[in-house]
Amino acid sequence: MWILLLLPFIGLLWVPFYNFLEPSLFGFPFFYWYQLAWVPISSLLIWLVYRSRSPDDAH
Amino acid sequence: MAGQIQWVALSIFIFFFALVTVMGFFAARWKSGPVSEHLDEWGLGGRQFGTWITWFLVGGDFYTAYTVIAVPALVYAVGAYGFFALPYTIIVYPFVFAVMPILWKVAYDNGYVTAADVVHGIHRSRGLELVVALTGIAATMPYIALQLIGMGVVIKAMGLTGELPIIAAFIILALYTYSSGLRAPALIAFVKDIMIYIVVLVAVVLVPAKLGGYGAVFSAANDAFVAKGGATGLILKPSQMLAYATLALGSALAAFMYPHTLTGIFASKSADTIRKNAILLPAYTLLLGLIALLGYMGYAAAVKVTSPNDVVPALFQALFPSWFVGFAFSAIAIGALVPAAVMSIGAANLFTRNVWKAYVNPDISHAGEASVAKITSLVVKLGALAFILFLPTQYALDLQLLGGLWILQTFPALVFGLFTRWFRAEALLLGWAAGIGWGTWTAWSNGLKPLATLAFGDASYTFYVGLGALILNAVIAALATVVISAVLPDRGRATARS
Repeated sequence: MWILLLLPFIGLLWVPFYNFLEPSLFGFPFFYWYQLAWVPISSLLIWLVYRSRSPDDAH
Repeated sequence: MAGQIQWVALSIFIFFFALVTVMGFFAARWKSGPVSEHLDEWGLGGRQFGTWITWFLVGGDFYTAYTVIAVPALVYAVGAYGFFALPYTIIVYPFVFAVMPILWKVAYDNGYVTAADVVHGIHRSRGLELVVALTGIAATMPYIALQLIGMGVVIKAMGLTGELPIIAAFIILALYTYSSGLRAPALIAFVKDIMIYIVVLVAVVLVPAKLGGYGAVFSAANDAFVAKGGATGLILKPSQMLAYATLALGSALAAFMYPHTLTGIFASKSADTIRKNAILLPAYTLLLGLIALLGYMGYAAAVKVTSPNDVVPALFQALFPSWFVGFAFSAIAIGALVPAAVMSIGAANLFTRNVWKAYVNPDISHAGEASVAKITSLVVKLGALAFILFLPTQYALDLQLLGGLWILQTFPALVFGLFTRWFRAEALLLGWAAGIGWGTWTAWSNGLKPLATLAFGDASYTFYVGLGALILNAVIAALATVVISAVLPDRGRATARS
């Protein structure tokens, strides 16, 4: 599950993948809404990893 | 726009400022503990902050007033390239989730207050501890000065000129931080963040509505960039893509090496508090992305500014009634107080634990530590104030840029040691020196630009100096560890983590 934490790095640091104007959404060029979309996606991914952990050193 | 004193806005501004001042002094009694008797109480709020307080505190000191001013200013000036703050503040959270609970546990179990304490505990090297502490202090000072600049921008926009208002605001800040410690910014962060959330939500809904929607905002910005030419635009030029990605990654790795962000981590009640915050803190990032777009709204509203830093205040003054302008400006100014207080506390903790206790008075009592830290926090803030009163603003900006590069060089000493005992302290020290040396020299010789260019034949690659320096730092630390271990197989091995 920890591998999920790498996805935001790949999705956001590989810039050629999203450096486009189209398709736009609600007036936002792709470049902007794509990156904004990674905010909730990253939260979700971290939450999934959080849920899957064995209750180890939770203090 | 400046020059005329705007009484309605100013009255509202003063009301909110007075409110948080009272709260700041009251904070000493909040979640009460013996604030002056132990550094854990003054400098870490008693290590008792749960998920919500930590959320407000870390959010409040990580997303600063200067962010609200500077990120839209950069986006206004250079377009897509200025947006790197968004990927940066997203990828920082998987990192926080994976690393910071481990760091918290080491600190909690051993009573460590600072990053340099942790480094000393892991590597048993006074030299490495000292450079980590000094790097932290040096990187923090210009950052505090930037918060004052952010505050100065909105005070000036309300028509108050001269330096007296900033000095007054800062003396108030210094006194309540002195008396209440970390509890003061933690309590004020609630007010600050609720105000900022209201301002930004109103702005991102109402401003595009007044300007004809987001499509119109983006196309107005696009027209301006086309007219301006150069490396500006709504998307990145091919040559900017590597710079964008390395700035985002380097900034993300540096973000939680700073004393103020680590103070928020160490003050948490549990490792789980930090994990939950890694899930919840991106709410601020969403806000930051929308704040960044205020830069483009500046074009759609056709505001005229002499400096990009004035674009947010000018936009608000052009579009909102003065009572709301006063509310928004007080949110930004209070947004400067929270991080400035936490930064000065973080720097004071470093000085107290890793300079004063290590070299001047090793037998200092807990109460003694608290009083050294209180006085240091005053000195640090006075230093930052002197910075902006006597030096050109540009110095603070340049030093802040170098500060980010410097603090990133403490990453191997602090983070590698949490996962492996393989690195030798002397090697990490050498890597730190190489990273600081090469990075500072490169940034300096490029006219204090954060970017460096390497050419291989026809192709040239432009990237963030700080990340390049970190890679150099880690490679040198690894090579030197191999060499030192071959020459001196058993000496200087770090003791086991307790």
